Amino acid sequence: MKKYIAKRLLVSAASLLAVLFILFLLMDLLPGSPFNDEKLTEGQLLILKEKYGLDRPFFTRFLTYAGNMIKGDLGVSYSIAKDVPVAELIANRLPVSLQVGGLAAFAGGIAGIALGMVSAVKEGKFSDGAAMILTVLGLSLPSYVLALILSYVFGFRLHWFPILYRLDFPLWSSVLPAAALGAFMAASVARVMRAELILILKSEYMAFAESRGVPERRLLFVHALKNGILPAVALMAPMTASMITGSLAVEKIFSIPGTGSLMVTAIQSNDYNVVAGLAFLFSCIYIAVMLAADILYEILNPGIRIAGREAA
Amino acid sequence: MKINKKMAAGLTVLALICFLAAAGTAVSGYSFDSQRIEDQNMAPRIPVLEELGIFDGTETLPGGEKRNLYTENGKEDRYYWFGSDVLGRDIFTRTWTGARISLAIAVLAVAIDGAAGTLYGMASGYFGGRTDFIMQRITEILSGIPNLVTATVLILILRPGFLAIALAISITGWINVSRVARAKVLELKEKEFVIAARTQGAGHLWIIFREIFPNMAGQIFATGILAVPEAIFTESFLAFIGLGIPAPGASLGTMINDGFLAFTTHPYMLAPPVAVLCALMLGFYLIAEGLRENAGIPGGEKKRRDNG
Repeated sequence: MKKYIAKRLLVSAASLLAVLFILFLLMDLLPGSPFNDEKLTEGQLLILKEKYGLDRPFFTRFLTYAGNMIKGDLGVSYSIAKDVPVAELIANRLPVSLQVGGLAAFAGGIAGIALGMVSAVKEGKFSDGAAMILTVLGLSLPSYVLALILSYVFGFRLHWFPILYRLDFPLWSSVLPAAALGAFMAASVARVMRAELILILKSEYMAFAESRGVPERRLLFVHALKNGILPAVALMAPMTASMITGSLAVEKIFSIPGTGSLMVTAIQSNDYNVVAGLAFLFSCIYIAVMLAADILYEILNPGIRIAGREAA
Repeated sequence: MKINKKMAAGLTVLALICFLAAAGTAVSGYSFDSQRIEDQNMAPRIPVLEELGIFDGTETLPGGEKRNLYTENGKEDRYYWFGSDVLGRDIFTRTWTGARISLAIAVLAVAIDGAAGTLYGMASGYFGGRTDFIMQRITEILSGIPNLVTATVLILILRPGFLAIALAISITGWINVSRVARAKVLELKEKEFVIAARTQGAGHLWIIFREIFPNMAGQIFATGILAVPEAIFTESFLAFIGLGIPAPGASLGTMINDGFLAFTTHPYMLAPPVAVLCALMLGFYLIAEGLRENAGIPGGEKKRRDNG
């Protein structure tokens, strides 16, 4: 167990370093410069480059860069908000993304588990079929297409929810984006839950518990759910990680002032430091959540541990 | 291979889209990039159906007032089946051109994935030992990086274009294929026919490509099919955040992006690319389900889609 955790920690640290190196390497190769202004003379350009440390050798810059990033100093923005620290820019935006993404992950997870349970209990009946059709739709509709449809129908036509995010009604404005983001998770979780529960409901220990006279509700919600929920949790981890950092497309559609829409703006205006800072943040959260999920899984399920190590 | 109901449905949908993508651009009478400023924002108008009062070129403006640009501007002889966009380009032609480009990018990306992943996985599994250990640690580290980060940065460097987008999609996709290939090699390399070839003095390359590979090609192919809808999705997603095929080219993603800018006033511009995208994803999804059903695996595979 300790060995496994140590190994996972090491791999995660290496992943993080790889992210930093890729970001730095790629940022260095990017075409276009934030100082794309014809009015600047050679001399002025040199001064600007010196000011931002762009004239030093490659490796020195990488070491400074990696060190600074890990310390949380993500540099300053070149063009979106001149000289404002990227960390500050992100800090202003992160709470909104966390709120929308958190709501999406929470609602999506609950809906998925509920849908999967209904499907499994009513296997082969009408409600199972209906639930499965819903999940096929959820899996094949990209979240941003769903966002467009929801925003047109419930925002623009019916006026139930705002089309654009409104800071004065944060919760109300989060409903449509969270629904669009959470649908994919709900559908995936529902399918896994269903497959898992169908096997469990037919298992011997369930028959045994039933014959002991355990009430049906307790049978389903405690005995079956406890065993069936693990694969669903494993599936939810990476999705949650990417959701809480903000979805680029959905934030763009609803004009949510979060990290995702900041990323889109930064990409379009060649603001390297902001792109790199956000990519670093997304990677950190992703790596941390995956690490936590794997360790949790290890602790909760010793059976997986042995199989997992064989496969790894 | 047995074709079940789900696979048949999926194949039908895909065949229909491929047919339209191949032939649709030829029958409309417009090219995908010719602009007619005087014909901008025309609502869909289809012969025959217009007699029924639908698709007759009339659109309802947000205020509730109805307008028909065909009669207003004296263009009664023009038919834009799916309407025309803000630059007066025929949406029908652009949709099928876009579908073609999106499919081509996705298939190219998956082909790169398949080739790179198969070679990597086979080398890792076949040589084993320290080689395998190092190669597996490398994929482990790489798979810790979110796809979105690598794809975005790679396209920014190479500038958006057909090849750059395909490469960006496949840059993380090959890892999955390599896992399948490695697992299969580990299983096959202990089989009698491989040992027989080795005792007869066959070289590594011969064993890998002539003995092992033909026995795993089917599985690699199935993995590839499952990766195509993911690739289509990623392409359209990247286009939507501004990393798509540059204008005047069209892909489903860039069309959705264009349509999004005008979607409250002219929703018909957004509908065709969205419908085709969803139909494509659904078609591939049904085929995947069918393949899985044949293999006796219950639904609910692990999917990696990071961008929400």
